[in-house]
Amino acid sequence: MKIVLCIKQVPDTADIKWTENNTIQREGVESVINPFDMYAIETAVRLKEKLNDAHVTVVSMGPPQAEEILKKAVSMGVDEGFLVSDRKFAGADTVATSRTLAAAIKEKVGDADLVICGQFATDGDTAQTGPSIAQQLNFAQVTYVKEITDYKDGVLTVKKEVEDGVETIDVKLPAVLCMLKCDYEPRRPLIQGFVKAHDAKIQSYGMDDIKLSPEEVGMKGSPTYVSKAFRPEQKQGGEVITPKNPQEAAKMLKDFINR
Amino acid sequence: MDNENKGILIYAEITRDGELASVVLELANTAQDLAQKLGGVEVNALVISSEFTQHSIFQNNGFDKVYVVKDEKLKYYNTEYYSKITIDVINETKPQIVLIGATTQGRDLAPRVSSTLNTGLTADCTHLDINEKGMLAATRPTFGGNLMATILCKNMPQMATVRPKVLKKAENPIVKNTEFIEMKPQINGIDPKTEIIEFIKNIQTTGKRIDEAEVIIAGGKGLKSPEGFKLLEELANALGGAVGASRAAVDAGWVDHSIQIGQTGKTVMPKLYIACAISGAVQHTVGMNSSDKIIAINKDPKAPIFQVADLGIVGDVFEIVPELIKQLKG
Repeated sequence: MKIVLCIKQVPDTADIKWTENNTIQREGVESVINPFDMYAIETAVRLKEKLNDAHVTVVSMGPPQAEEILKKAVSMGVDEGFLVSDRKFAGADTVATSRTLAAAIKEKVGDADLVICGQFATDGDTAQTGPSIAQQLNFAQVTYVKEITDYKDGVLTVKKEVEDGVETIDVKLPAVLCMLKCDYEPRRPLIQGFVKAHDAKIQSYGMDDIKLSPEEVGMKGSPTYVSKAFRPEQKQGGEVITPKNPQEAAKMLKDFINR
Repeated sequence: MDNENKGILIYAEITRDGELASVVLELANTAQDLAQKLGGVEVNALVISSEFTQHSIFQNNGFDKVYVVKDEKLKYYNTEYYSKITIDVINETKPQIVLIGATTQGRDLAPRVSSTLNTGLTADCTHLDINEKGMLAATRPTFGGNLMATILCKNMPQMATVRPKVLKKAENPIVKNTEFIEMKPQINGIDPKTEIIEFIKNIQTTGKRIDEAEVIIAGGKGLKSPEGFKLLEELANALGGAVGASRAAVDAGWVDHSIQIGQTGKTVMPKLYIACAISGAVQHTVGMNSSDKIIAINKDPKAPIFQVADLGIVGDVFEIVPELIKQLKG
């Protein structure tokens, strides 16, 4: 089974600071693997360990320094990784991004059986790139996946979390899965993993390598554009009181609730 | 831009229980404003289901037309059937704006549709407006709620999703003589690759879902253990509410992700939100700061949660909450 992982490098959103001009300060903000993608990696590696003929390739679209997260994925047990990187990709929205990733998968992996992504990225938080990749590749899709429970004769059984419960879904490959946080934690790499990642060659491919044109990528290939960005209004907090004892605190709360 | 496209189409999601999803009426209210700003264009809906009985809801919420696609195969949501139908109906009716609720269903459907139509989709908008050029100006939080971005779309239709409870339902909705139009898109050729083989409904300890409850008691890292949440359940029962959690409490494994509130969880807008031992990082507050009344209880007087709280109590949840339950019962 050919498995492809799509992952993204994101700024640590807990670490965002503002400049004096009300823009987000990008320098010195730590970059991490999108947290949901960590579960995608773990899920792919677990599936590979269960099957004896699986090969996992990890891909990311981003600047050259995104090589770092591909190496991290290799250290966790992914077989190989490549980067899709080109200045022409800048300003891509989810349509252009998924078109670029789908083209990269077609050109550089070939007939993938399974593509695994994180459900959301914590910077953009659109949850759109996974299903759009599925559409571009003409694959089936299952979103909000918590777990892969079985694989038999080209059919994966997965658990999907919805508002009011959990669905068990059979999906015929080829398919795209978008992973939520799982009930298991992403593994920490072992020493061998670090060695493998250190030695891994991460190829980088540009627009021409994946046979796309300038009209299909980046800002030009994006139907949407940002017309304005601004800092959200800060709500003014109300009173903060330190009551003398729990009884007084409870009384204040009760009065406020009943108001 | 293609000027042929006209009107607003709302995807009228039907839930597993055959009800119209509440987000549809929230979208309808905003759509009426947008339609007026566009010079009185139509507000229409698309219903995909195995049966359709909710005619009056559409009449009583100002819809001009409802396109109905009915088939036994369409009893439950399925990506392939539903996206094909939505695409066909959009191509046939040519709306300029398509609005979809950002539910698990809507978030599965919308990108599949927009990507096929090569048009833009703005996710999880918190504000929708029409700009001076008559374009949909869709505003949404990014970077974990640290930044707001207003996004425009060059192609047609302009698509957007909005999470439930972000927009308000109309207090006095317009009543219209709605036209119901049965559509028959070709779905026989579709061989669905996904099938739901089992569904297990969540067992709600308090009988309420956090996205529907009017009172939410949410707990954070400061509760220190799953037992801390038992205390919150007691308070939730006393107030007829539901229990929610911050990401830290979910990550610690004390409660399930399905009750997580915030950026990577659900957005809630209850009448009363009580944050217990939650520090209040922006990733959490972005999912709850539109609640009507917010109470925060935290030991740390400098906790950021107090900045969004209408009433902040500095103190120990384990001392205050049992006392509050006692007083509420007494």
